Amino acid sequence: MIDEGLKNELAKQGVFVTSVQELYNWGRSNSVWPLSFGLACCAIEMMAASMARFDISRFGSEVFRPSPRQADLMIVAGTVTKKMAPQVVRLYNQMPEPKYVIAMGACAISGGPFKQGYNVLKGIDRFLPVDIHIPGCPPRPEALLHALITLQEKIAGQPLTGPERPRHLNAAVSGEYPVPEFGPHDLQPPRNDGLWKPLPLVRPT
Amino acid sequence: MSYPGAPAISFQPRYAPDGTEQDGELLEVSLGPQHPSTHGVFRMDATLDGEKVVRLKPVFGYLHRNHEKIAEGASYLAAMPYTDRLDYFCSLTSNWAYALTVEKLAGLAVPERAEYLRVITAELTRIQNHACVCGFLLQDMGALGTPLMYAFRERERVLDLFESLTGARMMCNYLRFGGCRCDAPAGWLDAVRGVVAEFPRFLDEFEALLSNNEILLARTQGIGAVSAAQAINGGLTGPLLRAAGINYDLRKVDRYGIYDRFEFRIPLGEHGDVFDRYMIRVLEIRESLKILEQALKTIPDGPIIDPKAKLRGFRPKAGEAYGRLESPKGELGFYLISDGGPNPYRYRIRPPSFINLTLLEDMCLGRPLADVVVILGSIDIVMGEVDR
Repeated sequence: MIDEGLKNELAKQGVFVTSVQELYNWGRSNSVWPLSFGLACCAIEMMAASMARFDISRFGSEVFRPSPRQADLMIVAGTVTKKMAPQVVRLYNQMPEPKYVIAMGACAISGGPFKQGYNVLKGIDRFLPVDIHIPGCPPRPEALLHALITLQEKIAGQPLTGPERPRHLNAAVSGEYPVPEFGPHDLQPPRNDGLWKPLPLVRPT
Repeated sequence: MSYPGAPAISFQPRYAPDGTEQDGELLEVSLGPQHPSTHGVFRMDATLDGEKVVRLKPVFGYLHRNHEKIAEGASYLAAMPYTDRLDYFCSLTSNWAYALTVEKLAGLAVPERAEYLRVITAELTRIQNHACVCGFLLQDMGALGTPLMYAFRERERVLDLFESLTGARMMCNYLRFGGCRCDAPAGWLDAVRGVVAEFPRFLDEFEALLSNNEILLARTQGIGAVSAAQAINGGLTGPLLRAAGINYDLRKVDRYGIYDRFEFRIPLGEHGDVFDRYMIRVLEIRESLKILEQALKTIPDGPIIDPKAKLRGFRPKAGEAYGRLESPKGELGFYLISDGGPNPYRYRIRPPSFINLTLLEDMCLGRPLADVVVILGSIDIVMGEVDR
């Protein structure tokens, strides 16, 4: 690892030094292709973020791919119902590694205003590993851009070796998650226990 | 089609053009729920003979969010934010339809200025919705990006107005029973005047680029035609009904609010095809701009909410009411039964885009699969409203 001070000194002289890790992460963090996948209201704000005023292409993510096979990022934009949840998980499984998830809006985080409904999944993090949560109902396009920048920072900071390395460089970890079934009363299973645990209920004494 | 692992299906049509059966077979294609053309999570199970649709089964429910059941358990006012999320392109007209019904139920009067603010916000909603629908329709036809970019550019200006009035871009939650939540801030009406004055320029540009475009004409004229009788029997409303030539607009029929004070015309189509629906939406934007100009000239000062209206402890007397208005998609109706309690006993929505969808199969039969996408785009569905 090169010394930061020396690196800055060299940069002043016009010599740019980098490591493979930085170069690799710089490349992939600046061309995150989202899946064009809208569920509900938040999808409209997601579209607005890709349009002229907010212009997500400034951050390298304007290429919305209709096929999960070509996408790096799933923006879960909207309410995930129990009928739709199996398809969402299946789409995630079909995406190639490395892949990331942004949960956009209150519904995707927790069920939001529709949480009490019988057909609404109470947060996509019960089935998928979510990297970034964006609160709001719906979040503004700026919030989506902020989430994207946060994701880029996260990608840029991922070490390529060692135990903390991302999943796609670690053959021992699978990037596929079990797809729930739309059962007669609820999803079967209702959550992925390896991913999500109910918060312990603390009663004030 | 011979390669290792090729599916054992034939893409040859089953029926020859003269109707005789031949060696091909029917093919079932499932479009959606994740499909770039379905405007949300909507699925169509299409059965194809060669490339022609012989059967098309819509499958919904992927966005069923229990709106009605939740609203029956919540107080009357607490259901207002849910109506925003019903048709998330046009939250203000959904608000108005609900407020109209509750006012009918509770017998509340709306002050003059509030009525004007309602008309202004509803017509602004209509122009941004129609502009976006035309953009989406063209996107479905393969004009990737540009028309939708133009439409969203104009939509952002309208959303800026909504934001400065209500505090939110999309989920405005602006109306209250018997009036509006807050008065227009200083300079807001001038800002609306600016947008209204500039909007025709966008429309002229949009039309110059598109309305006589040869590709657009070829893809839309004569596609998905619905006759007037079919449209009435299918219960179509809104631009689809008027494209079939029926002069039925609730702004003229019911004259709810203060629509009897404005001069505007109802554009009508002749053929009921996709092109007529597109043109009707463009012409309706121009008529809405006329309404806005008149409303902005004559808006009076005064209170914005009925002093009798109670925000807390609101319990309308027992009874039932059906309120409806012309939302950008068609007739949006709310049916409420009150038992005198703080929450409605029954809460039911007549969503226009759901009922307009019932004729989808009739429009698509015999057309190639590529036209299904265009026809669906012209119906203007919003899944939040279809599935509720």
